[in-house]
Amino acid sequence: MNAQSKIASPPRKKLVVIGNGMAGCRAVEEILEREAERFDIVIFGAEPRVNYNRIMLSPVLAGEKTFDEIVINPAQWYDEHDITLVSGDPVRTIDRERNAVIAASGRTEQYDKLLIATGSDPFIIPVDGHDLTGVVTFRDLDDVDRMLTAAEKGGDAVVIGGGLLGLEAAHGLTLRGMNVTVIHLMPTLMERQLDEAAGYLLRQELENRGQTILTSANTKAILGVDGRVVAVELEDGSRIKADIVVMAVGIRPATALAKSAGLDCERGILVNDHMVTSDPDILAVGECVQHRGLCYGLVAPLWEMCRSLADHVTDQPSGYQGSVTSTKLKVSGIDLFSAGDFSGGEDCEDIVMRDAARGVYKRVVLKDDRIIGAVLYGDTADGNWYFDLLRNEQNVSDIREALIFGQAFASGGALADPNFAVAALSDDAEICGCNGVSKGKVVQCISGGAHSVDAVRSQCKASASCGSCTGLVESLLAISLGDEVESGPKTMCSCTSFTHDDVRRLIIEKELKLIPEVMQELHWTTPDGCSSCRPALNYYLLCAWPAEYKDDEKSRFVNERLHANIQKDGTYSVVPRMWGGLTNPRELRAIADVVEKYDAPMVKVTGGQRLDIFGIKKEDLPAVWGDLNAAGMVSGHAYGKALRTVKTCVGTEWCRFGTQDSTGFGVKLEQATWGSYMPHKFKMAVSGCPRNCAEATIKDFGVVCVDSGYELHIGGNGGIKVRATDLLCKVETEDEAMQICLGFVQLYREDAHYLERTAPWLERKGLDWIKAQLFDDPERIGRLAARFRTSQKYWQVDPWERRADGHQRKLHSHLATIRPELEDA
Amino acid sequence: MPASDKPVWLDIGPITQIEPGMAATLPVEGGEEIAVFHTMGGNFYALINKCPHKQGPLSQGIVHGDSVSCPLHNWRISLKNGKALGDDEGCTPTIPLKIDAGRIYLLREAILPGKSSPFSASLAA
Repeated sequence: MNAQSKIASPPRKKLVVIGNGMAGCRAVEEILEREAERFDIVIFGAEPRVNYNRIMLSPVLAGEKTFDEIVINPAQWYDEHDITLVSGDPVRTIDRERNAVIAASGRTEQYDKLLIATGSDPFIIPVDGHDLTGVVTFRDLDDVDRMLTAAEKGGDAVVIGGGLLGLEAAHGLTLRGMNVTVIHLMPTLMERQLDEAAGYLLRQELENRGQTILTSANTKAILGVDGRVVAVELEDGSRIKADIVVMAVGIRPATALAKSAGLDCERGILVNDHMVTSDPDILAVGECVQHRGLCYGLVAPLWEMCRSLADHVTDQPSGYQGSVTSTKLKVSGIDLFSAGDFSGGEDCEDIVMRDAARGVYKRVVLKDDRIIGAVLYGDTADGNWYFDLLRNEQNVSDIREALIFGQAFASGGALADPNFAVAALSDDAEICGCNGVSKGKVVQCISGGAHSVDAVRSQCKASASCGSCTGLVESLLAISLGDEVESGPKTMCSCTSFTHDDVRRLIIEKELKLIPEVMQELHWTTPDGCSSCRPALNYYLLCAWPAEYKDDEKSRFVNERLHANIQKDGTYSVVPRMWGGLTNPRELRAIADVVEKYDAPMVKVTGGQRLDIFGIKKEDLPAVWGDLNAAGMVSGHAYGKALRTVKTCVGTEWCRFGTQDSTGFGVKLEQATWGSYMPHKFKMAVSGCPRNCAEATIKDFGVVCVDSGYELHIGGNGGIKVRATDLLCKVETEDEAMQICLGFVQLYREDAHYLERTAPWLERKGLDWIKAQLFDDPERIGRLAARFRTSQKYWQVDPWERRADGHQRKLHSHLATIRPELEDA
Repeated sequence: MPASDKPVWLDIGPITQIEPGMAATLPVEGGEEIAVFHTMGGNFYALINKCPHKQGPLSQGIVHGDSVSCPLHNWRISLKNGKALGDDEGCTPTIPLKIDAGRIYLLREAILPGKSSPFSASLAA
């Protein structure tokens, strides 16, 4: 019946695309590449412009690129492919009954296939003032224009959100001359991409560039005058001046349109492996979709999604399998890369390399001999190589030893053996940059008898400062001596090659004041330490910098975090302080009241002359302390690596044998030393005569009074291994005894290893060493005692009082209670 | 699809309520108390708040990497699968957890096993 001579091509189907962004246009490109003639195409875009590369908005803001440079598809691309672009007219409705979309202007388009590529919306935290003029998001070119206009006038910018986007905005605004403060809710910047160590380095760098970084900071409100933003108020009440506020706290898949059309959505629009939604005629792609439970906010998955979408609509289905993503921060001069899963875990293995001198932190996470994650800071040259190995799930057991040094090293045949590489170095090659020690010198030192890392450190100083060349020194020892290398003294834990002594010394020498800083500068091999080194570092830092250091509760054992002793059933016991073992009716009544009020099943007199109240629940602890505080009692620190008790006998006041006021002196000692944290628990006693009823000769510091004065004893222990004290000295007055006590305590605090009682410490160092430290230089003991008193100015506080006032209530309360209940109820 | 076939996720609040390196507890009426952990690396996990060794409250331990050291006898427990690490043997049950739009969700049926259909779970702070 057809009068025409040529055969008509089948009528084209109509493809309507909602979204003129990177995903929508890329999908169209992929389809055109496969079958240019298959569809008539209409693209709706909400923004009044052609398709551009959204991830390059940061360089536009920073002034490194212009808008024209980031356009992906100029107007002629649409013309060439006969694509109708409807820009600045967002689609409002999808009518699935009629297979049509209706835009804001009323424009209606029929479709055979509909592609939703609406991307994501910036998340706005609904605080007061979020709608003021001057509060902007960072999503499209209009936002960039708003920021640039604000930056022309200079002034103060506040960026809420220390993630990828927020930091890029902050960087741009800083370059544009604004004074920028970044407010981040979590303690670590970019916590989803970075571990604590890398986050710390990033923060340092940004602060050096003049930005103010506030972490663990919760925005309470945005304040305005005449409808214009003037400041941001934080939860703690502080205010930060702001001429512009950039909200960059995150994005949400834009699903409103799909939802209103009745398509299945959860967080994003649900799609199958071919990017088909719950309606077979409707496809979706990009940041708005949820595929196999995941939503993506990065560009790489989008390319893979678009390929499988195009394969599907052109009848050659392939299927999208999900993506592994990597992240790079686009801030010039900061090299930062993260990919995959770097959260670690029991069957994973971390390889960490830190180079403090160059500001480098590299961490590769392995599982079953394959890379599953990587974080690189300061040197990202090998980021793509690691990412390839990760994506290809390549077995890396052959190159494992040299993996962390990068591709050049690991794939270089013989170079893959680090010893080989070191052997190949010339004699004048520098091994230790800190101390300027050449390979020749180290080898000479080894052949001169230094057969361990420690011996090398002490003799030629190689690796004795920052320790980053420890591996090289170990290699030189192995090359020179083979099996004869002596292992040095025990390291602090398996996270570090340094001993306790090294760490303590370097904390002071290098003025390290934070746990992550110690871990970075001393090349910790784990990202955040372990339960053995964290509490030790926390103690070493508080001892070294008493005025500045802020206690890190997450590095405290439970008893010191909750200021009570955990018992086998998970309840706690509470011991209020009774100075020198003295008490009175008011205190006893308060204790009796607490026992009844909180239903404590047991009260017991302790070996240190205190009363111990058992069976208190963690939720009740603050109230118990409040009641005890009200009767004048403070924490007894029975739970702490701290001064515990000073046990006394009754002395001259009552005892017919007493020679001095042992009770009174015990009270004075306890009042001077309570609240001080120590390497381990520390007990004292004062006996009024040599009958020694207070058992002073099995205490860490014991005083035995005699007619002519005071015998001072040290290093006793009544624990697993009973040890009687050594006599330190004899003095005539209480004042002298007090001074020596404080000096001795401070020497122990500054020298002993964490969790080393005075008894093993004394045996390790020798009584003569301790005597020499205290008495050789007559001024030394005064300086030690003065440092102890300084420390007490900051740390002699009753931790119970703050908790009773509601401080750290979280530690004592449950998140919530889960109760089952009938659905009909 | 009938609603009961779909997994039900219980919203237990924003991720910001637990600081990295810390844990929080959720007592369950008629069930075992749950500990929710936030690691320094930014991961969240939920486990029954009991060490397989002597039932120590794991929520009170020191969190490092993706493991926690029990406060009673220092057993190290993997937060990923509840297994004791190193030379110790034992396992603490884990509760499936997901994070969505800054909030923490626990899988309801794992919290109240055997009470699936006629019961729902509600939060009470």
